[in-house]
Amino acid sequence: MIYRETGQFKAHYQDDQALFPIDQDRYVIFGVLFVTFALVPYLLNEYWLNAILLPFLIYSLAALGLNILTGYCGQLSLGTGGFMAVGAFSVYKLMVAFPELGFIPLVLLSGLITAAVGTLFGLPSLRIKGFYLAVATLAAQFFLIWLFNKVGWFFNYSASGMINAPPMTIFGVIVTGPEANGVAKYYLVAGIVAVFALAAKNIARGRIGRNWMAIRDMDIAAELIGVRPLVAKLSAFAVSSFYVGMAGALYFAVWLGSAEPTEAFDINQSFLVLFMIIIGGLGSVLGSFLGAAFLVIMPILLKNIMVDGFGTDSALAAHIEIIVVGVLIIGFLIVEPHGLARLWRIAKEKMRLWPFPY
Amino acid sequence: MNMLDFLFFIEVTLSGLMAGVMYSLVALGFVLIFKASGIFNFAQGVMALFAALTLVGLMEKFGFPIWLAIIGTIAVMIALAWLIERVMLRQLVNQEPIILFMATIGLAYVLEGMGDILWGSDVKVLDLGIPQGAWEWLYDKGVYIEKLEMFAAGTAAIMVAFLAVFFQKTRIGRALRAVADDHQAALSVGISLHTIWVIVWSVAGIVALVAGIMWGSKSGVQFSLSLIALKALPVLILGGFTSVPGAIIGGMIIGVGEKLAEVYVGPFVGGAIENWFAYMLALAFLLFRPQGLFGEKIIERV
Repeated sequence: MIYRETGQFKAHYQDDQALFPIDQDRYVIFGVLFVTFALVPYLLNEYWLNAILLPFLIYSLAALGLNILTGYCGQLSLGTGGFMAVGAFSVYKLMVAFPELGFIPLVLLSGLITAAVGTLFGLPSLRIKGFYLAVATLAAQFFLIWLFNKVGWFFNYSASGMINAPPMTIFGVIVTGPEANGVAKYYLVAGIVAVFALAAKNIARGRIGRNWMAIRDMDIAAELIGVRPLVAKLSAFAVSSFYVGMAGALYFAVWLGSAEPTEAFDINQSFLVLFMIIIGGLGSVLGSFLGAAFLVIMPILLKNIMVDGFGTDSALAAHIEIIVVGVLIIGFLIVEPHGLARLWRIAKEKMRLWPFPY
Repeated sequence: MNMLDFLFFIEVTLSGLMAGVMYSLVALGFVLIFKASGIFNFAQGVMALFAALTLVGLMEKFGFPIWLAIIGTIAVMIALAWLIERVMLRQLVNQEPIILFMATIGLAYVLEGMGDILWGSDVKVLDLGIPQGAWEWLYDKGVYIEKLEMFAAGTAAIMVAFLAVFFQKTRIGRALRAVADDHQAALSVGISLHTIWVIVWSVAGIVALVAGIMWGSKSGVQFSLSLIALKALPVLILGGFTSVPGAIIGGMIIGVGEKLAEVYVGPFVGGAIENWFAYMLALAFLLFRPQGLFGEKIIERV
């Protein structure tokens, strides 16, 4: 009843092609943006900002990136952790070498570097498909982590092999390093994520996105109707890696502050992000956010309930936690294999027709 | 190349072959399940860990003799296969491969947590009286070969022979091949998919037990055992997802390549390259044969 496009007349072609053609969608988006930027930082305390919202936003960005590759272009990748490491280590090297450029340009630059690396590792996708490709992308994961572990140049020969984010400022506000406060970090990350989420939505509905989806649905058929697989697949790898690289850069520089390749970027990161887009919904921008929210918040919630609520000892709680996560994942796949975004779509359809059943 | 270098080369190659067979043991379980149901079962490594944990647990906590413990573990693995089919696979029929793949990762989490809670997460010693140490006959000639690895290779050979007979000669084997060929056609001639899946997962569970025993005897039963799945993946893509001989030969190629690279190239680049070298090697093979060495040719129609 409330969600209905009746009476919204479109007088121009531009209106037809708007990003959110239905008024209610637009209001919701403005509402979400308003809440994100105007209310959240003042309503929630440091703990919420640092421990929940920052990882949620950063993982959303990574999930968006992987969703572009896997959800829109159909190329299954297990190298997300490795590409996040590329972003993290390039932003580290850049922060140390060119601090005068400012933090945001450096994040964008490290995204570009990751895009180049991602394109390189995307080359086999032209010949290899499906699970063969997925396993092949593990080569990227293991090789990159090994590289960052072994080659001292990447971590400036520090004895522990760790990298630490030096403090950097934007308009005089510290955003990285231990002194940065939660609100500043939150604004930075939320701003970047909002801009690039809109960008992703736009890319996905344009010519490039349609090419990707054609390749996803059947690459031979797509090639026959004139989509160039080389361009489409490699551009998907490039754009996806750009997003993932930025996420990695923020993950290291803003959220963790210091990182070590084998722990922070191991293969479980790749799986985690893949879970996010599967649970959220493949080929959906909204799904990336929902999946990230689910998988960031749920473990924290579980841990709090078990350790604080029932007084379970933490080792046992950790074991129960992975069982519960596993069961929930299987359960989700059984109940709604197309993810949370699909549930939202169904809800919208229902609201449109309400009070009639169909 | 003088004699000593040559002997060293032989030793490295042989131990690579043996290590490769150990990878093949895990890859074999993958192949069985992929062939029969098109599921890429990521949980195979954790299944090996779970089987080994159960075996050790039965022997230590309940004091079972070896033979009884092995039978008990096989029973557990069969029960597990039945449970997986009931609770998970049955609900996911006809879903896309990626969904099934993710479900097996979820399964891996569940098994890992269960194994830890049931049997504890400390490192356990698994001693079934499998001979260990150097093989004296070759050691005298200057080549060091683990007896355990020889034993594993022998077991793998027997197992592959057994599986070949099982697939080619028995009624169930024929049904399995029919299912692998075409699910719907198999259903229409009266083969029960559910039964077949239980059987395949049981067989994969038993293969996982063998792999778990070999790896457990070699390096103790601990969490890192489940990571051998990651070692088996390059073997799998090199040999082809659908080929049992491919798993064995792929394992040998990976094993030898990895050992040779580690010994002759590793020192120049800082070592520890075995983590990714296998993947690069498999990738190089894939560029020439995208379906693996022995995989079925992928034919696509528009």
